[in-house]
Amino acid sequence: MKTLYTPTPLVSHPDEVRVISKRFGQGAQDIDRYIQLDGYKAARKALDMQPDDIINEVKASGLRGRGGAGFATGMKWSFIPKQSEAPKYILVNGDESEPATCKDRLIVEYDPHAIIEGVIIAGLAVGAKLGFIYLRGEYRYLLEILERAVADAYKKGFLGKNIFGSGREFNILTHTGAGAYEVGEESALMESLEGKRGLPRLKPPFPAIKGLYGGPTVINNVETVATVPPIILNGGKWYVAFGPNEKNGGTRLTCLTGHFNKPGVYELPLGYPANKMIYEVGGGIPNGRKLKALVPGGSSTFLLTREEAESATMDYDWFAKRGEFLGSGGVVAIDDQTCMVKVALRIMQFYQHESCGWCIPCREGTDWLKKTLIRFHAGAGQNKDLDQMLYLANNMAGRTFCALGDAAAFPTMSIIKKWRKEFEEHLDGRSCPFETASSREMALA
Amino acid sequence: MNFSPELEQRFQKLVTQYPWKRSALIPLLLYAQDEVGYLTDDVISEIAKRVELTELEVRNVISYYSLLRTKPAGKYVVQVCTNISCMLRGAEEVFDHCREKLGVDHKEVTRDGTFSLEEVECIGACSWAPAVQVNYDFHLNVTPQKMDAILDQYSNKTKQ
Repeated sequence: MKTLYTPTPLVSHPDEVRVISKRFGQGAQDIDRYIQLDGYKAARKALDMQPDDIINEVKASGLRGRGGAGFATGMKWSFIPKQSEAPKYILVNGDESEPATCKDRLIVEYDPHAIIEGVIIAGLAVGAKLGFIYLRGEYRYLLEILERAVADAYKKGFLGKNIFGSGREFNILTHTGAGAYEVGEESALMESLEGKRGLPRLKPPFPAIKGLYGGPTVINNVETVATVPPIILNGGKWYVAFGPNEKNGGTRLTCLTGHFNKPGVYELPLGYPANKMIYEVGGGIPNGRKLKALVPGGSSTFLLTREEAESATMDYDWFAKRGEFLGSGGVVAIDDQTCMVKVALRIMQFYQHESCGWCIPCREGTDWLKKTLIRFHAGAGQNKDLDQMLYLANNMAGRTFCALGDAAAFPTMSIIKKWRKEFEEHLDGRSCPFETASSREMALA
Repeated sequence: MNFSPELEQRFQKLVTQYPWKRSALIPLLLYAQDEVGYLTDDVISEIAKRVELTELEVRNVISYYSLLRTKPAGKYVVQVCTNISCMLRGAEEVFDHCREKLGVDHKEVTRDGTFSLEEVECIGACSWAPAVQVNYDFHLNVTPQKMDAILDQYSNKTKQ
């Protein structure tokens, strides 16, 4: 089956700091071009470094997992035991499925060798000889780009039994998924790569001790891995300085989606003011409307009101202080003509669809919440449903094997709490103040 | 069960490249589906043999993944994302337009077998919303009008 390839549009803004995206649009899919643009220098450098020095450099960079959880990457690598009977593995998570997140695809499309180089370096740091790059099944054209890049790296001798003539071995396998959000959770990802249903595993043991095929495994997001080569090349201190402090170092790809005048993926430094992100980088809200709500980083995060969004800074600490999350870099602007009940419903419909059904609070909770929200949006809600929904969401959060239960609960809780008035406007058989419910929803109600 | 020589070659590589053979299962299923159209009983039985699993184990895996199907679909599977970022930029109108134009609903196939329609979850093209995937082809910033041209393009391919 031939796939059509049309390049994904790129955008730019003067405030961007291009570390991960510096080669976008420069033809770096071609290995020679990538080498010309400083490619594979970091891998060569890492070959002359002690594993602990590589890990320390990554620790110094302040790099945190860009998939959304924000766990310190250097720390994660340091958990891998030095000695292990079972082989160690690197696993790159390219199951990018968090709604509003569309950044990893650009890295695979425009700079695939950065991922390969990052995996090699991770392998050298922890003593692994085999790395896997798992892409979601929908990303077939990206898999083709990546497969070509891997083949080219083998031809150059950058992968294989004797990488860069060093006498050391490292191999990479690319792998396709087949459609599943939950597989983005690291233990479910390993299950899927092992050819099973993507159900999460009980932790501990954590993947660093017993992961893929029972061996110690480093699992990193595509963007995280692609950030490693420039860190090794220029030093952790160089990278961390782009952000406000050592816990919020560097840059990240920020996907502006929804009601922005200039949607697109921009590389912004950590700690960037959300106000500027919304009104300058994103060009504000179209059609003369006003911002009502902002999803800061994927649909699993707590939504911000306009006032909160305009005073936020896009770093881990600002959100952590409030008990909320910066998330995956997938930002959604929602304008003042949008119904928040409908937003809550659409988000819940997604989590209900993607729940694997393993844990009862998530399986039953998402279904119950979805049904209640359908009813509510169609004007058949009752006042007591509001507290009931909060009760349900509260009982899902933190009570499941993986974070999907939390992911479904958090946005719902924030929407009901912050926009309760809008829910109340749907009560007593009144139709949605923003639109008439579609026939589809009525039928479901 | 005979697969094309290209697919056969790919299969040989897949079943030997992983530390555990079973890892090849999901790619085998997806690539076979690309060639055959859907996962028939024969395909399932053949793949089960290749990875040394029971058919039941293979079906158990198939039922988890949204791209895998055990029923025929159209030659072109039109997948309209209506998740949050796409919804805010008119994805529901695009989906409704497809329903009208094709005369089929979610997961249905047109009578001539050319198209099937699906409302899908996030396909990772959120900054270029609304996004539609036809088989593996991405179409970005889609409108109902653009959708007409996209559908025509595929139906012309069938006629050629």
